[in-house]
Amino acid sequence: MADVLVNAPKTAKRGAVVEIKALILHPMETGFRPGPNGRIIPRNIIERFTATWNDAEIFSMDMSPAISANPFVSFFAVAAESGVVRLRWTGDEGFVVEEQVAIAVE
Amino acid sequence: MDRRRFLAGTAAIIVLPFGTASATPEAMAEAIRKVVGSAAVTEGRVKLDMPPLIENGNTVPLVVSVESPMTAADHVKAIHVFNEKNPQPNVFSARLSPLSGKATVGTRIKLGDSQKIVAIAETSDGRFWSASADVIVTLAACLEEST
Repeated sequence: MADVLVNAPKTAKRGAVVEIKALILHPMETGFRPGPNGRIIPRNIIERFTATWNDAEIFSMDMSPAISANPFVSFFAVAAESGVVRLRWTGDEGFVVEEQVAIAVE
Repeated sequence: MDRRRFLAGTAAIIVLPFGTASATPEAMAEAIRKVVGSAAVTEGRVKLDMPPLIENGNTVPLVVSVESPMTAADHVKAIHVFNEKNPQPNVFSARLSPLSGKATVGTRIKLGDSQKIVAIAETSDGRFWSASADVIVTLAACLEEST
């Protein structure tokens, strides 16, 4: 349902550093633009992105209106043990989306 | 209304929306101060990768990487990116830990004008490192509703 695209390896060698890429559909309306009626369109952005690996935080990002629409984030993580990477986006107007991917560590 | 006054009037209307709240180099310096406090910021260790000439300011790819072993004793705690001329000086603040393994963050940002972008990294010993890039934007991120 959620319009999320996550790119992470399915398997990794123990101790390897893996790249995780995540893209989410979101307008990231800045709150600085006037609409067709001349009024400012209210701000509607994702404010925060967090990633956990087996519930330990590996990465987080506070976003501003300067992040492009459909925010893309890439980051790295150490593959210590098999588990679930949970990604969470929260923002204006009660926006919450969660996605998870499993990574098997050999 | 003569032609000259008419032209001057339209010029004012066009300029007006851009005159509203816009970050300045001073606003950026203040935003950086808020993050680093009184600590000194040293240039180096940080690499800010972005195209020098940008055709579309709506999506500008940007990668910040910091030289660091990313161990418990010596790692990058945070990476911040600032700009000079968007409506707000902050772009993003990312938090990292030894679990990150590699201090590299990539994203896509909006740029409203040709300007200087600054990336600042905070290492676990409490020091700050920076890199900057001057970019030219030919089509700015839109200020108007597109429809």
